[in-house]
Amino acid sequence: MTETSQKQMAFIDGSRLIIEASVRAGAGVYIGYPITPANLLYSYANQRFPAMLAAPDEITALQWMSGYASLGILPVTATAFPGYSLMIESINMAMMMELPMVIILAQRLGPATGTATAGAQGDIAVVHGTVSGGYPLPTFCISNLDDCWELTEKAVKTAISLRTPVVLLSSKEMIMTQMSYDLSKLSEISPAVWKHFDGVSDFKPYETDESLIPDFLPLSQNKHQVRFTASTHNKEGILQNTTPEALANSSRLKAKIEKHAESFLYYDFDHQQGADTVVMSFDITAQAAREAVQRLRSEGRKVSLLIAKTLFPIPEKYHEILDTFSKVVIAEENLGGQYRHLLFGSQIPSHIKGVNAIGRMIQPEEIMKEVKSNG
Amino acid sequence: MDNRFLTDNRDLPFCKGCGHTGIATCTERALQKLGFDPLDVIFVTDIGCHGIIDKSLRSHTVHGLHGRSVALAGGIAAGLGQRSDKKVIVFIGDGGATIGMQHLLVAAHHNFPMTVVIHNNMLYGMTGGQPSEFTPTGFNTPAIQRSAAGAIDMVKLMEAAGATYVSRLTGIGDFTDALAEAFAHPGFSVVEVMEICTSYGVKSNPGMKLKQVVEAAGLHPYKNIRPSNTSDHAFEAYSGYQNSLITDKLKVEKEFEPVIKGTVRILLSGSASEGVQSAAEFLARTAMMSGLFSTKKGHYPVTVGVGFSVAEVIISDQPIFYTGSTHPDFMVITSKDGLDYAMPRIKNAIDSVVILDSTLEAPETKARIVTADLRAMAGSRNVAMMSIFWLIHNYGILSEESLHTAYGRNKLSAKVPISTFTDKL
Repeated sequence: MTETSQKQMAFIDGSRLIIEASVRAGAGVYIGYPITPANLLYSYANQRFPAMLAAPDEITALQWMSGYASLGILPVTATAFPGYSLMIESINMAMMMELPMVIILAQRLGPATGTATAGAQGDIAVVHGTVSGGYPLPTFCISNLDDCWELTEKAVKTAISLRTPVVLLSSKEMIMTQMSYDLSKLSEISPAVWKHFDGVSDFKPYETDESLIPDFLPLSQNKHQVRFTASTHNKEGILQNTTPEALANSSRLKAKIEKHAESFLYYDFDHQQGADTVVMSFDITAQAAREAVQRLRSEGRKVSLLIAKTLFPIPEKYHEILDTFSKVVIAEENLGGQYRHLLFGSQIPSHIKGVNAIGRMIQPEEIMKEVKSNG
Repeated sequence: MDNRFLTDNRDLPFCKGCGHTGIATCTERALQKLGFDPLDVIFVTDIGCHGIIDKSLRSHTVHGLHGRSVALAGGIAAGLGQRSDKKVIVFIGDGGATIGMQHLLVAAHHNFPMTVVIHNNMLYGMTGGQPSEFTPTGFNTPAIQRSAAGAIDMVKLMEAAGATYVSRLTGIGDFTDALAEAFAHPGFSVVEVMEICTSYGVKSNPGMKLKQVVEAAGLHPYKNIRPSNTSDHAFEAYSGYQNSLITDKLKVEKEFEPVIKGTVRILLSGSASEGVQSAAEFLARTAMMSGLFSTKKGHYPVTVGVGFSVAEVIISDQPIFYTGSTHPDFMVITSKDGLDYAMPRIKNAIDSVVILDSTLEAPETKARIVTADLRAMAGSRNVAMMSIFWLIHNYGILSEESLHTAYGRNKLSAKVPISTFTDKL
């Protein structure tokens, strides 16, 4: 306990860290629409953001965000599934226009309005399928208070550097539960830098170099004509039918994210030598997984732990890791194991086990039991 | 400055005789009249025939989703703020104004500095001529004969939403000056231009003239200009707070020695307005004053003021990962709501101590039940805090000295003296 006195302990929730980190990373406006369990984020944002707008609905929220992003101001919002479902077409638009933004999705129990005040991890498949055509939407998932700080910074910076909407996934218990936390652990965050076009020749809004990321110019400048277009378009941003140039531009959107996937790959792999079982989890369930693994090890059982923080696009690295184990236990708070199915398909190999629940947090004991079972 | 807004007027991508051509050419002349640089103008176009104008424009263009152009433009206008050197113009059809009607109302309500030009040809032209909410009674469309509901009077609706510049005009001839007046209006302005679709409107209504339709529907030319207060935009009223959320005030110093080893899990289960959540947070913070780790998780229904209110607190000399309490060491039950909520856990409990307010009926359980007059001692509003004092006094999970110090710093102490709790123990 002597260590504790040298730390800067505080009793805080994750929402506070997420909002502070996003502003420090360069977010400029928060567009809010109230929804449980994302309301703490709204209220912190109202205290902290350089600009704050109260949207009348979630479609408007995403559209206003797109307007700000087109001026070079990074927007943030937070919602839960009912709001996210309304945002989906606009997220597609922002992805097509290559407008950076961060959407914090605080998962709660569904379907439909479900139970607003109960946590869940039920939106994994929805987020994965957000963009028509299977285009990847970079998605980060917070697993503890450290991540509330660090992953938020990564989310803002990935959005800006890759010019894409980014989803920061979480859930009720992860962002609302208060915990003792050492503030001295918080790293410095410098604001993100937008890469502006600085050429003298004609500007083509969707022309890229080998990075596949087009240079940005805000609508607020008057040196070059800028076009943002959600329909299939050419390099000038002019609506096209299925011309080769326009289809190449659409294909580039997928290639762009995949090309840079390594730059936003975040996970914790706590490998124990000699372990043939690995526990995998994310979000608040990662905390139960951490405790389960700690207790299993104290009982003398060898077990490794993989906490996924970059959920989408699914990192190949996860398969590399999971393939080295004869038993994989994936814990997630939904029916059937959404991430497990996205990793392994509809016919899941028998050595891949799921620990699932709805309406409550998964308990460490449930994970321990599955690790110990002979099935 | 090259002040052409259109690349080549002869190349406008509309059907012969379409009113959209007139809007485009009058818009160019109006902006030239006002002296705008084409690259200081941002056109946000909607989905519909009018939206394919983008490629013919030399200004910035934004082409998004059906019906959402006004909202997208609202974000741009809000982000630009009071920059009078910029002009945001939305081109939208009656279809877009139908699906996105709320966005129009909201943009007017917020007085976003922008102009919306509604290309109202009274039907969905791009998709085969289906009726919109702007299709007048008696005006046929190829898809559905004779709209029964009649047309929404959009300018009246926009007036009611707070638009300080509204106008409706028949889109025949030169209406450059009317557009220029709208573009120059500070804050939000909307112009509804009545048109007839040459492909579907004319064919479905042989011999019917635009002026005749407009007259019959009561959609006469109209204009209403009111003072526009642009100094107090709703969208700017919220900005300006930039103090860090991470401050020294959050820090909790270790001042006392812990009296527990290991982990103690406490469930406080009561009703809304008993102070359960704040008492639980107080307990967790107090534990930190003894250098302990702590967590506090709340559970309650969506209704804020009624029903159960439950909090789980964990205090430990080790870092805490899982923040739930499957088997709490202490379950403090202060109300019937709380008892109902906690019943499954009470029934399954073995080692727990269940501290039950004496007004409640003891449930069957293998756990040890202790009754206390918690509600009687401090009243229902303070029963949760009372239970913290009672718990620490009787079970010693934290030092009473730390409790008293912490309470002295708690804002509740200004209203409720500590003796309220300590005198009854």
